[in-house]
Order: sequence, then structure tokens, then C-alpha cells
Amino acid sequence: MLKIEKRAVDSRWMQLGSPLIATVLTLITGAVLFAALGHDPFNALYTFFVLPVSDLYGVTELGLKVTPLLLCAMGLMLCYQAKVWNIGAEGQFVIGALGGGIAALYLPSLGAASLWVTLLFGILAGMAWSALAALLKTRFAANEILTTIMLNYIALNLMLYAVHGPLKDPSGFNFPESAMLPANTMLSTLIDGYRLHVGFLIALLAMVSVWVVSARSMIGFQIKVLGEDERAAAFAGFSTNKLVWYVLLISGGLAGLAGIAEVAGPVGQLNPYVAAGYGYSAIIVVFLGRMNPVGILIASALLALTYMGGEMAQMQLGLPKSLTGLFQGMLLFFLLACDLFISYRVTWSQMKRVEV
Amino acid sequence: MTLSINKKMAAFSVVAALGLTACGKAPETAEAPAAAPEAAAETAAPLKIGFVYVGPTGDAGWTYAHDEARKALEAKYGDKIETTYVESVKEGADSERVIGQLARTGNDLIFTTSFGYMNPTLKVAGMNPEVKFEHASGYKRADNMGTFFTRAYQGRYLTGLVAGSMTETNVIGYVASFPIPEVIRGINAFTKGALEVNPDVKVKVVWASTWFDPAKEREAAETLMLQGADILTQHTDSAAVVQAAEAKGKFAIGYHSDMAVYGEKAHLTATIHNWEPLYTAKVEAVLNDTWTSEDLWPGIAEGTTDLAPFADVVPAAVRELVDAKKAALKAGEMRVFDGPLLNQAGEVIVAEGETMEDGALLGFNQYVQGVEGALPKN
Repeated sequence: MLKIEKRAVDSRWMQLGSPLIATVLTLITGAVLFAALGHDPFNALYTFFVLPVSDLYGVTELGLKVTPLLLCAMGLMLCYQAKVWNIGAEGQFVIGALGGGIAALYLPSLGAASLWVTLLFGILAGMAWSALAALLKTRFAANEILTTIMLNYIALNLMLYAVHGPLKDPSGFNFPESAMLPANTMLSTLIDGYRLHVGFLIALLAMVSVWVVSARSMIGFQIKVLGEDERAAAFAGFSTNKLVWYVLLISGGLAGLAGIAEVAGPVGQLNPYVAAGYGYSAIIVVFLGRMNPVGILIASALLALTYMGGEMAQMQLGLPKSLTGLFQGMLLFFLLACDLFISYRVTWSQMKRVEV
Repeated sequence: MTLSINKKMAAFSVVAALGLTACGKAPETAEAPAAAPEAAAETAAPLKIGFVYVGPTGDAGWTYAHDEARKALEAKYGDKIETTYVESVKEGADSERVIGQLARTGNDLIFTTSFGYMNPTLKVAGMNPEVKFEHASGYKRADNMGTFFTRAYQGRYLTGLVAGSMTETNVIGYVASFPIPEVIRGINAFTKGALEVNPDVKVKVVWASTWFDPAKEREAAETLMLQGADILTQHTDSAAVVQAAEAKGKFAIGYHSDMAVYGEKAHLTATIHNWEPLYTAKVEAVLNDTWTSEDLWPGIAEGTTDLAPFADVVPAAVRELVDAKKAALKAGEMRVFDGPLLNQAGEVIVAEGETMEDGALLGFNQYVQGVEGALPKN
């Protein structure tokens, strides 16, 4: 009979193999699903996964969607390595967008420097928001999962208040939107006529920087020790509180940067829809990418692709939107299920016949 | 150990083989659908029309009403047009990609049907001058981007007459989405109607802060019923409010589309949008090469706003009154916001003998008398 038993050591082979098996299983199940819906499975999978990125437009759009995911996810990676469960990237993203947006709209123009001021305000605003969670955790031992989730709601409602109230575009017929950002506070696009902007490069830079911090610095080492064993970290003389502050501030700053990059990039104004759930999706991305920068880059591209594929499937094949969710769910399910094989293995064992 | 590896390898090769056969078999069948559209294109190039929806097409509501009009277009024009829609497109950065993709894949006319699509549509319109865009409910236009909306507030006023006549508690509940002029205008028109037939009536508003979230909408409806409302209406996209009223044995007035199936006992009538005349006119204009960018605001007279059939419980006298007022609106003998119109503080907004101009209607940002509570604003 089938038996699942724990491996003595995690299988390195399966660490690479599990996402591959999961992808293959998703493709097969997807093909069956499409066939059941009366579509040619190959064509449907092609439409879902290849067509969205088959031209420069698609590739740049993918990069555009990866940018905020990557920025949020890299910060979260540091937090989760330290086992600081920051669920608040969404709120930090929104506050970053708000803080940076206010700076862009209301500070006197500094010419080309205005962009940098805008981005800086976005980062600082995001950091300030995560600092609240850090303060509550280190000072009052408040659980960061709860505080960061609650701060998300406060952030979103602050944004709603701002665009329904003081920041409302005076010539906007009372619609809940700010005026458009001045041109000198906007991130320039990388290629004319496409939306991909400098923020993408900043996100890649951030990815490498966080990687270096995590893998090559003393702080990174301390973060990992803290995550593995808090008591060991204390015995080694690391300041737990300081590390909590570090990871939350970096994470908040990056999420804030993601928020303002979205506003100063494709959106161009403050409105209630700036928060598109990137902060939450980034959590999935971190775990999907196994808390590894390259993995996270691939995972954010994959997640972005499923969204774009879903749109493409609607446009080209008339498939319903819910299929996108189904597909994402399936992919995650298979990935998590296949992860079982990293620490466990399935064996056959002969049942002994009991003679009666 | 070796045995288990072998078993595993065997399992892998099965999986791999399955994958290969799936991939290997498919291309042959893939040829057919790829070839078909080209052949069709040779005989006659249909006008390609794209639709971007903010919610699911579903069975009722805002997006449903748009999709019904799309289906009507398909039925009417057959092979002459080809429609594509994308549903549940988030307002914001994602919508620009979808609109852009529709423009790039050869759609000649694109309807974007939510306010949050305004700036994205404008940007895509700038980059695709040969494509024509129609945006619902916005105010920014371009040479190849027109705007349209419907005077839904006329229907609101008429349903307000129904609610004002039929309430016993004199409290009517209104589940609203966001305090933008369109929504405030609807609340005011509804309240004005209710007040005309019942001077003691109060309209209570709860802001659900969402366009589409059945759970939140229902919660807001429950709150209003706890506060004594015996008739509910909503300015959100789902039928949750009607369902909540049905469950508690109260009355409800639907919005966007006929929601009678969601409240067999509760549903009195509904303000409905019928985009078909407007869509048809726009498609006709593109087919005849007479399309221009304009701002259209039709209503009861043009048929884009209408009422759903009355439920049996609506008394004959009320029906007669509503029908008479509807005819008067249609004929242009009266307008919804004819004076005297007072705000909550009792100050005159529109004097007797005057009416509210469209400009003021578009920027409506205060409650009229009869609405309870303060408008959330700065």
C-alpha cells in the first residue's frame, strides 16, 4: 500500500523538482478543464500562457505588473526569514502611494528633482506605516499579524478619505480622484509608447540589494538566526528588537516605494483603486518563490502571467473570468501539494497477509 | 531505497508521457480554429467591438445591463459585427492593459463601462487614434473618445414616489456605494419623489464603500432594516439588498436591472438601464462612418432609463401617479429637480419656477431635504 514517510534529509532534488511537477500537473489539469469546456486544450493553454507575452507589448506589460509584486515581495522575504509575519505590505503600499502622491501634488516644483522627492516621500511614508507595527511589537509585544492587518484597513480608508475629501481634484466633478500628477514627478517610461517604466529597474536593483543584505551581510545572518531560533539569537547577543525594526522598516519602505511607483507610473493620480491587492499577492509570491530572490522573481512573473492569461482567454476564447482564479488556485494547490515530497517520500509497502 | 527511487522515476515518466502526449496530440487540432477566423475575414470584415466590464456579467446589475445590450447588438447585426468582452476588470492600472489589448487586437469600437476607466481610456485613446472609444459616466473626452450616461435619476424619482406611498414606518433605507455626484443625485431624486407623496418620510443612507460586494451590501441592508426601514433600495451592483429585504419580509426597489427574481415578495419595481438604443446608435454611426465624439445624456425619453414592471402589491393609484409623472418627464413637461428644492438645512437650492441645469446636476454634492444624516465629505 501507499505510505508517506519522512525523509531523513530534505531532498534537494525535489526542491527543484516540485515546482516543475506542479507546473506539469497544472498544465495537464488545465488541459482537461479546457477540453471539458469544449476548447482545444493546446490552443487554450497557448492563449493562457504564451500569447500574453508573445510580443513586446505583452512583455513590457508583464514587467509592469511584476514591478510592485517584486518590490513588496522582497521586503516581505526579509520579514519572513526573521519570522516576523508582516501581512501589512498592502497598507504600506497604499500609504506610500498616498504620501508620495501628496508630495507630488502639493510640494513646490523642484524640476527634475521632484521625482526623487516624490519617491522618497513614498518610501518614508511606507516606513512610517510599518514602524507603527514595529513599535507595537517591540514595545507592547502586540502580534504583528494582527496589527499589520488592521493597519491595512486604516491605510485603505485613509486613502478613501483623502480622495473623497481634501485631495479631490477641484475640477473633477466631485469624483473621488486627485488631480493628475505633474509631469516632472512621473517615472519615465523605458520604451516610447509602452507603459513599462524606470520603476522596473529600481525593483530589480532592490531585489539584488535585498539579496546581498540577506545572503552576504551580518544583518542577513542575524535575521536568519532569529528566524530559526529566537533564543539562539538572544544567546548570540543579537538584539531581537533591533532586527524586528530593521526588517519591518525595509519591508515598509519597499512596499511604499511600490505604491508610489504605481502612482507615479501607470496610474498617474491618486484614486481608490491604487491598491490593487499587490501587497497581498506578494505574500503568495514570497512562499511560491521559496523565500529566494530568483524564485520570487519567477513567481511574480508567473502570477502576473496568470492574470494576463485570464484576460487573454476572455478576449480570445470567451472563457469566463472565474477561470483565472481557478487556474491560480490550482497552481498554488499543486505547488503546496508537491512540496510534500521535499520532506516526505511515498513508498510502497507490501501488506502482510494475516492468515486466519 | 533504490526501489523507492525506481518507483518514483516510473511515476515521473508516466507524468512526463502524459504531458508529452497532451502536447503532441494537440497541434493537429489547433490548426482548425486558427484557420477559421481568417477565412471568415476574407468574406466580410465584421466591425469588431470590445466591452470592458467592472463586474461579472452575472444575472443582474450594472454589468448585466451592459452585457444584455451587447447581446442585443449581436442579435441585431449578426455577422456584421463581432463582440468581445472582458469582465471583472479592476479599475486602475490593470484596466489600461485590457483596454490597450482590445485596441491592439483590432477592435474598432470599445465601450468602457465604469468611471474608473476614464483616465486609462483617455490614455489608450491617445495611443490608438484609429480606434473609437465610448466611456460611460466620465467627463473627459478626446477626438476619438466620447462619453455617455443615462439619466437614471429620473427612474429614481419615479421609484421614490412608489416608496413614499407604500412605506408604513416612514423610513426608507438606501444602500449607497460612494458619495460621488451620480450616487448623490440618485439619492436626492429618490428622496424628492418620496417626499412629494409623503411629507413625513425619511431616507436613511448607509455607505457600503463598494460597487460590488454582496456581503457588504447585505450587511448595510440589515443595518437599515434594524433602524426601521421597511423599504430598501440600493446603488450598488448586486441584488443582495433585494435578497436581504426578501428574507426579512420587507419591500425593495431594484436598480440597474429588473431584480424581481431575487425578491418574489419584496421587489416592487426597479430603475433599469437599457443601453441598447444608445449602443445601437453608436454602432450604426461607426458602420456609416458618421461617428463623432460627443457627450450623451439620454434618459426616460430616449428609453435608456426605464422602470421594471410593478409587482402586484403596488396599488393602482400609485401606478397611475407614477405613469403620469413618467409621461410628463418623457414629454418634457416637468423635470425631476424643478423648484422649489430645499437642502437639508432648509435653504433653497432651486427656487420655485426654476430648474436645476445639467452642469449643477453633474456636480451635485449636497443632500436635499428628507435625507437623514450627513454627507461624508471633507
